[in-house]
Amino acid sequence: MSIPTELKYTPSHEWIRVEADGSITIGITQHAQELLGDMVYVEAPAVGRSLNAGEECAVVESVKAAADVYAPVSGTVTANNSELDSSPEAINSAPYDAWIFKMQPADASAVASLLDAAAYQAVVDSEAH
Amino acid sequence: MTLKQTPLNAAHRAMGAKMVDFGGWDMPVNYGSQIDEHHQVRNDCGMFDVSHMRVVDMRGNDVRAFLQGLLANNVSKLHLTGKALYSAMLRPDGGVIDDLIVYFMREDWFRIVVNAGTADKDIAWMRAQAAVHAPHLDITDHPELAMIAVQGPNARAKVWEALPGSQALTESLIPFSAVEMGEMFIARTGYTGEDGFEIMLPAKAAPFFWGILAEKGVKPIGLGARDTLRLEAGMNLYGQDMDETVNPLEAGLAWTIDLISPRDFVGKAALLANPPTHKLIGLILQDRGVLRGHQIVHTAHGTGEITSGSFSPTLNQSIALARVPKEVAIGDSVQVAIRDKMLTAKVAKYPFARNGKAVVQA
Repeated sequence: MSIPTELKYTPSHEWIRVEADGSITIGITQHAQELLGDMVYVEAPAVGRSLNAGEECAVVESVKAAADVYAPVSGTVTANNSELDSSPEAINSAPYDAWIFKMQPADASAVASLLDAAAYQAVVDSEAH
Repeated sequence: MTLKQTPLNAAHRAMGAKMVDFGGWDMPVNYGSQIDEHHQVRNDCGMFDVSHMRVVDMRGNDVRAFLQGLLANNVSKLHLTGKALYSAMLRPDGGVIDDLIVYFMREDWFRIVVNAGTADKDIAWMRAQAAVHAPHLDITDHPELAMIAVQGPNARAKVWEALPGSQALTESLIPFSAVEMGEMFIARTGYTGEDGFEIMLPAKAAPFFWGILAEKGVKPIGLGARDTLRLEAGMNLYGQDMDETVNPLEAGLAWTIDLISPRDFVGKAALLANPPTHKLIGLILQDRGVLRGHQIVHTAHGTGEITSGSFSPTLNQSIALARVPKEVAIGDSVQVAIRDKMLTAKVAKYPFARNGKAVVQA
């Protein structure tokens, strides 16, 4: 399982893509979707909502379980992916395309301190033991 | 703690199963998509490793009389060789020790299949009761037997293909009965709401038989789909829908409890003394989301609780079993607390789906 090197990550299995305008796009990783299994419901945060880093802000539910998604950094929600309302399974088939929400970070430097692919790989490896 | 393994453990891994700790057993939760596996069983057929369940044989001249006192359902209904009966086994206070299937084999031999997680306590209880009421009874459990369930509209035909000689023996087997075939025990039972067999066989023969079924195109199905299939079929799961603290009459088990015949059984007096105030009903979520166990249900007659909830692949929406005040009626609209929201669900009669189709109006 390859972890895209162009993305940032959290230990709680969110991926973060930094866009050209400084906003960030958030989803859950391949590893997370594998753990959860068939996705059946996604609840994304409302646009305009202000989030603190680490705050529970979205829920992904598989047949098996519900899992919280956390804000990787502080900031404001600028978009959410309504396509997941009707096709939550996109998270299973293409986890790095099926984004859940976008944020404008309050502090751009906070994004730089998120995990890179190698560090996230280490998180995944440590969970395997 | 080392997880226990069934004789099919290596086969599951070879088939790409995702293994999980299921009550101390290393079991396959799925082999890919749990939803695909669910549809596979409703539309065609699939096979399940249920070897963690335990077979208990009771032998002795007084076995029928003993079981009449031990079980809440009445084994006096069993006269045809191989006929099965679903029953709860109760504590003196009416709480459910386990639910089980008892097969009548001969007047001096009944076979019982109990849940994996409760097997040791069940057998201890059976032996303690036998010591008092039937001291000469032989109670022997068979952890060395594997169990493979093949379920779905094409399940029986696939078993007949895989097991030469089985068709002649089992084609006329009525539902909920079993027959012996050499060292195998073939029962037309299951936990999916579909036709099919549950087959007990020696552990050493299980990987071979599993492999033959796979060669005939029978897909392996994990415990994940097993749970959504049984939930759609409205079948209770021990430990979720009932346990030792639950009155079986409040767990949808009234149909299995014989309070009419004059016979006494463990728990009867407690059930008669404590009429149910709640009942088990089905819920279909009307809003988006997923119903889960332990969510609180708000009704016009007081609160209740979801005992089992999940997503129904057949209905393509969330369903649940819930214990609610007995005044709640089919068709009522109720509110379920999910995280910080109240979502609307409709009270429905279960089963939700059987024999490949939805049987409730969503």
